[in-house]
Amino acid sequence: MRVSDEQVTPPAAVGPGASAPSRADAVRLTDVSKAYRTGRAELLALDQVSLTVHDGEFVCIIGASGCGKSTLLNLVAGLDQPTSGQVDTTGRKVGLMFQEPALFPWLTAGRNVELALQARGVPRAGRRAQVAELLDAVRLAGFADKRPHELSGGMRQRVALARALAQNADVLLMDEPFGALDAMTRDLLHDELERICTERTLTVLFVTHNVREAARLGDRVILLSSRPGRVIDEYTLPRAGHRRIDSPEVSEVAARLTDRLREEMGRHGI
Amino acid sequence: MASDQALRGLDNLELRPSQGNPEPGRLARKAWAIAWPKLAAIALVLVIWELVTLSGWKKYVFKGPGPVLSNLWEQMQHGMLWATIGWTLRSAVIGYVVALIVGSVIGLLTARIPPVRAAIGAIITALQTMPSVVWAPFAIVLFGENNSAILFVVILGAAPSIANGLINGVDYTPPLLLRAGKTMGLHGFALYRNLILPASLPAYVAGLKQGWAFAWRSLMAAELFIAIIGQVSLGQQLDADQSNLDFASVSAIIIVLLVIGIVVDTLFTKADLAMRRRRGLLDPAAAS
Repeated sequence: MRVSDEQVTPPAAVGPGASAPSRADAVRLTDVSKAYRTGRAELLALDQVSLTVHDGEFVCIIGASGCGKSTLLNLVAGLDQPTSGQVDTTGRKVGLMFQEPALFPWLTAGRNVELALQARGVPRAGRRAQVAELLDAVRLAGFADKRPHELSGGMRQRVALARALAQNADVLLMDEPFGALDAMTRDLLHDELERICTERTLTVLFVTHNVREAARLGDRVILLSSRPGRVIDEYTLPRAGHRRIDSPEVSEVAARLTDRLREEMGRHGI
Repeated sequence: MASDQALRGLDNLELRPSQGNPEPGRLARKAWAIAWPKLAAIALVLVIWELVTLSGWKKYVFKGPGPVLSNLWEQMQHGMLWATIGWTLRSAVIGYVVALIVGSVIGLLTARIPPVRAAIGAIITALQTMPSVVWAPFAIVLFGENNSAILFVVILGAAPSIANGLINGVDYTPPLLLRAGKTMGLHGFALYRNLILPASLPAYVAGLKQGWAFAWRSLMAAELFIAIIGQVSLGQQLDADQSNLDFASVSAIIIVLLVIGIVVDTLFTKADLAMRRRRGLLDPAAAS
């Protein structure tokens, strides 16, 4: 089993009851491997990855390039099948968000959200009110009639979030969702995401390159090695309410994560 | 919370300030900016045309703008020209609409079903590159010298472009949008209706536009080639004028063909621009 051991977990950041063991598992990966064939070579993207995400938990996955983060999310989303091992989403509905908003450019913001409702069979009569409620949740109440290209990058990403919420997902899979945004916008969206997840008790699996982001948002941070992707470390952070990205606490965790990642990257530099 | 107010402020800062009503003179200036290069080009053509005429080159065949335009004006006074234009346009529209339906159905089937693609994908491309008038002799044998033969040639000219436009559109649906569509549970018919077909629209419209150009030139070739007894068409009029050595009328008919081509092309271009504007595919600076 891969569990964080005391040596690598920053003592300052570990609090009692950081991960309540009583909560049910939302996503379970057991010895998941995924290999891709590219011509003659076989690329092992994920190697024997086991991890569990509990209900209502915010888990960040961090790793350098080639750690198979996107592969991992695709597997959990059911868009791809593992070569070996089991992926179990325990019957929970899964929503996926990408680095790009991936909104449909021919639809307005409101219609983009509505399409997700339509796809899961919400009758026409009820959709309007739900679209309004979802856009309001991401603070875009007045923007239903705007087309994606008329919105800023941060706003588009919030429409994408509203669309993911419209899928009525219990588990939100996020693939570097704020990676293309400027720091100020990202900072504000962290607050928004945190609020929305708490309000709706969402389980989140959040992939990022950004150690500060992981330290800011995660209840738990999982480090993956690169080529092949393996779980090499796990940090549990206290859920001490709202953390600021510029707080010493986040900085300290971020520094530790950076060190560990550099060590891992160094292995490939020899 | 302070952060949500900051977010709202950021949203307002990032939005493009809305443009107020254009000042009154602006529309006229814009129209002029669009019109003058075209007027200048027409004037230039007329001047060169007149100069060539004055040089006396092939003067029995090649008529100057004066005689040609007055011939055109004269023909426009008579119902005959309009009836001819009407008949030819009718053939064009019927042929194009059938090509639209046939091309779209074949395009969709080819894009969707791999064995169909393997079987006829290459044939469609081959047909597209072939001048469809080569089918005219075949069409005459099949249908006789009547309008069905002409429509057959037009449909074979236009349908491959329309089918290919749709196939390209389906092929170039962005994979990211497909992933997004599949995660939200779109599949089967709903996936096509809500994602793949709308995403294909730009390539499809390009195919429709090219299909029209092919339909129009196939129609002219077919009308020149296939004479229907008792029926006048622009192609047959050209043929008759040539036999009668009425070269002013030949030139006048060519001008009619050009004008029709330009008008229809403008309609397609307008539709294309409107679609691209809605999707944010136009550079706002260039579009204004």
